[in-house]
Amino acid sequence: MNALVINDLVKRYDNGFEALKGCNLTVEAGDFFALLGPNGAGKSTAIGIISSLVRPTSGRVSVFGHDVVQEPEAAKRMLGLVPQEINFNQFEPILEILINVGGYNGIARNEARDRAEHYLNQLSLWDKRRASARELSGGMKRRLMIARALIHHPGLLILDEPTAGVDIEIRRSMWDFLQKMNADNGTTIILTTHYLEEAEALCRNVAIIDQGSIVEQGQVASLLSRSMVETFVLDLDAAPESPPLLDNITINSLSDNRLEVEVPRGTNLNQLFAALERQSIQVMSMRNKTNRLEEFFLRLVKSQ
Amino acid sequence: MSDTNDNSHLAVNLVAFRTIVVREVMRFVRIWVQTITPPAINALLYMLIFGGLIGSRIEEMGGHPYMDFIVPGLIMMAVIINSYSNVSSSFFSNKFQRNIEELLIAPISNFTILAGFVVGGVCRGLCVGVVVAVVSLFFTKLVPEHYFITIAVTILTAIMFSLGGLINGIFARSFDDISIVPNFVLTPLTYLGGIFYSIEFLSPFWQTVSLANPVMYMINGFRFGILGSSDIDIRVAFGVIIAFIIVLGFIALRLLNRGVGIKH
Ligand SMILES: Nc1ncnc2c1ncn2[C@@H]1O[C@H](COP(=O)(O)OP(=O)(O)OP(=O)(O)O)[C@@H](O)[C@H]1O
Ligand SMILES: [Mg+2]
Repeated sequence: MNALVINDLVKRYDNGFEALKGCNLTVEAGDFFALLGPNGAGKSTAIGIISSLVRPTSGRVSVFGHDVVQEPEAAKRMLGLVPQEINFNQFEPILEILINVGGYNGIARNEARDRAEHYLNQLSLWDKRRASARELSGGMKRRLMIARALIHHPGLLILDEPTAGVDIEIRRSMWDFLQKMNADNGTTIILTTHYLEEAEALCRNVAIIDQGSIVEQGQVASLLSRSMVETFVLDLDAAPESPPLLDNITINSLSDNRLEVEVPRGTNLNQLFAALERQSIQVMSMRNKTNRLEEFFLRLVKSQ
Repeated sequence: MSDTNDNSHLAVNLVAFRTIVVREVMRFVRIWVQTITPPAINALLYMLIFGGLIGSRIEEMGGHPYMDFIVPGLIMMAVIINSYSNVSSSFFSNKFQRNIEELLIAPISNFTILAGFVVGGVCRGLCVGVVVAVVSLFFTKLVPEHYFITIAVTILTAIMFSLGGLINGIFARSFDDISIVPNFVLTPLTYLGGIFYSIEFLSPFWQTVSLANPVMYMINGFRFGILGSSDIDIRVAFGVIIAFIIVLGFIALRLLNRGVGIKH
């Protein structure tokens, strides 16, 4: 059973911009899936179409076998959405928001209240139940969006950058929570993120979208093994006269006293230091540049 | 897996409908100082100034004491403006804060969304109408001649203007856009719809023009219910109101189905 199937999906916005140019994607039921891509790649557009917030121009999308255009209500029943942008009524108490959303999904008030209590507790928001959304911090709002998306026990949970602007500790607890949802309830989870380590920690499968097309899809582990490249930033005491030419080491940028070098993981850096030494240049400090999605992505696209 | 799967489609929509209505009613009740008091004070002033001060110098209007003549119109004006602006402002603020998306991704039909907002608007219109009617009891004995007609005209009018407010909310892009219609269209139409005068007083030309004003039919239909007589045949009044409801309802549902103003 597939939780999500996208066929030849095209979206042209009213201003003529084509945000999706024939996307194809399949996500199996039970998967924990990452949809990665740079800003403006079309991730939120695709998620908008899956959740009926954006109208497709052409192509088909089905959620657990229900076409989102032909059978929107059946598809929506199976879907929980955590959107990228905060979209709460700013004045309602958050417990009331969850109970109402339960109601929109056909869940009677008492039952919805029990579920709301359960998820607010799990996401450490129960103490805030009488606060309105505008009284919550950014990280609390993100967690509230997760609780809201789960109130009707969807089979497919889609999260659009759920951890943007969330501190490390809360991010970890959100990861634990999502992993439990996936493992214990069998909820299929699709998330977008700009943190590669997040996709690495959580997801089994991944698709990379760029400029409206899926450019890569596969297991996280196998994609990562293709990106066994590390980037280091070296601060020097003086600018080298000429960038050293070395096997296996690519010098990406060279600005005054700073070098950014890219090496296949495991490469010996001694030859670099020796070359700099020959020019009498001291390496004052060196750090490993965090491997953000953008770099990973750029390398992947370059390698194609 | 979803556990709501075996709930019937209808049951889900009914729960959702009730939820929207309760939410809409709670909204205007919570801010009653802004939603209920101003129309009551307004009506009170009209009754004091037009009915009391000026009306005492007017013999009769349409065969009734002037105060009795204007009260039905004032109640109707409150119903019209309040049902309209309840829906337009609530729908627009849902759009503005984007929590309309909670409804758009819910497994319910657009008709349920429409009905929820409209019934919310009807409740506000009726609520304010009752308050104005109670205020009017200080000035006149308000005993309807025809209870059923009075209630039916009120509810149908509230439905019609709630639908109008919904369409306004769908198209609105700013808060200004939801005050334009009440200020520049509804208020003039209600004043010209014969709240304060019988159209018999107008020249034949302006009488004909007045017949194109839908509010005329509501005010006169309601006045017929209360006083037992009015400028317009009650069957015509019902016909016009129901025709408007069908047309506006059709337009509003189409707009929601096409996602105008809410979906890209
Ligand atoms: N309503 C709209 N009208 C016109 N163009 C739009 C609209 N919404 C999005 N776009 C364009 O579509 C493209 C894809 O946007 P989208 O929001 O799907 O990207 P994204 O992958 O989610 O990016 P991010 O990582 O920044 O959230 C962008 O170029 C954006 O400018
Ligand atoms: Mg996005």
